[in-house]
Amino acid sequence: MDGIHDLGGKQGFGEVHVEPDEPAFHERWEAGVFTMSGAGRLAGAWTNTDRFRHSIERIDPVAYLTHGYYGRWLGGIETLLVEAGIVDRAEITARAIAAGAGADDLIASRPAASPAPIGEPPPVEGARRETNASPGFSIGDLVRTRATGTMGHTRLPAYARGRNGTVIACHGAWVYPDSNAHGRGEQPQHLYTVRFAGSELWSDGDSRVNVSLDLFEPYMLPARDHD
Amino acid sequence: MTDHDHMPPTPQAIRAEALESLLIEKGLMSAEAVDAVIVRYSERVGPMNGARVVARAWIDADFRKLLLEDGTAAIEEFGFEGGQTEKLVVVENTPETHNVVVCTLCSCYPWAVLGLPPTWYKDPAYRSRVVREPRRLLAEMGLALDDEVQINVWDSSAEVRYMVLPMRPENTDGMDEAQLAGLVTRDAMIGVARL
Repeated sequence: MDGIHDLGGKQGFGEVHVEPDEPAFHERWEAGVFTMSGAGRLAGAWTNTDRFRHSIERIDPVAYLTHGYYGRWLGGIETLLVEAGIVDRAEITARAIAAGAGADDLIASRPAASPAPIGEPPPVEGARRETNASPGFSIGDLVRTRATGTMGHTRLPAYARGRNGTVIACHGAWVYPDSNAHGRGEQPQHLYTVRFAGSELWSDGDSRVNVSLDLFEPYMLPARDHD
Repeated sequence: MTDHDHMPPTPQAIRAEALESLLIEKGLMSAEAVDAVIVRYSERVGPMNGARVVARAWIDADFRKLLLEDGTAAIEEFGFEGGQTEKLVVVENTPETHNVVVCTLCSCYPWAVLGLPPTWYKDPAYRSRVVREPRRLLAEMGLALDDEVQINVWDSSAEVRYMVLPMRPENTDGMDEAQLAGLVTRDAMIGVARL
């Protein structure tokens, strides 16, 4: 999904602001949201991290940039809880307004009117899986990433689409987020670390910079098919 | 936690508390669970855990070798809680090569060894810039690297989590493991600082 979350290489955000001696949580509600992420799973609103990640990608893009990390989590969690029918959006809003929220406040969550059924199996520990498929690539292979984006969740950032890189590590098969986030099953795929030269990624790239990404096999083709 | 009583609560704070109260009424979470999360990530899960790993690697060559080959197996003996280390990859800084970790799509981070990530790690400025202009960004953050130093950026786009093994500071020969751990900072293990 070409969402606001896909931030690699975007320009204009300015300086990084470091807070000395930052606490784990600044305010109690942040820890409340953190706790909700476990409660929502237990309640069956979602069972896998990929669906949860995608729910954050689906929030209002202005909220994504302005509500902070736990504000983003809140948006994703609320989206999934409402879609699962566990809480009612109007009920949350009424309670928030009673507690001092404005009627026009920007709400991060964006639940679908008719969400797809979850249809996920019970959660299995971890994301590494066995597969009978042999890996398509090995260390040292030159690969080219898929040039186009996808509608849903993916772990191929826009900045690394259609780029040539080198496989530097093979990690076995892992749950495929692109299908798992959408209730289409785990469909385990081989995962690789692929190293890209900075100058391959950016026209103004530094020749003494490499950027490495962990990419699933369907994201890549052998580079020779393109060059 | 910081005292924010003098500031009005943000809309997202109010909404989070509204949702929390609904979930508590439905029996889906408890205030005690929130208290436990605060204690866990304030006191037990944090960069002090990664610092112990780094110090061990500095004094124990066999451990260092295992850590660089299989980070998950190497940290098993410490029994850390906190998760996010199903596959931990530890990358080693040298005088010629510097490593720095980011998650551009999200905020992936090895909780078991570093705790919850700092706000700047999760914010757009760091996530957008470190893959594009790491040398300039690191200099702004106080780490000026010579142009000759190779920079390897690790964008943790899947479930692999990364931690940097910093170089051991000079003049630390007489220190024991606990003293060395006291020198190791969170930022050095993310790769935005050297020791």
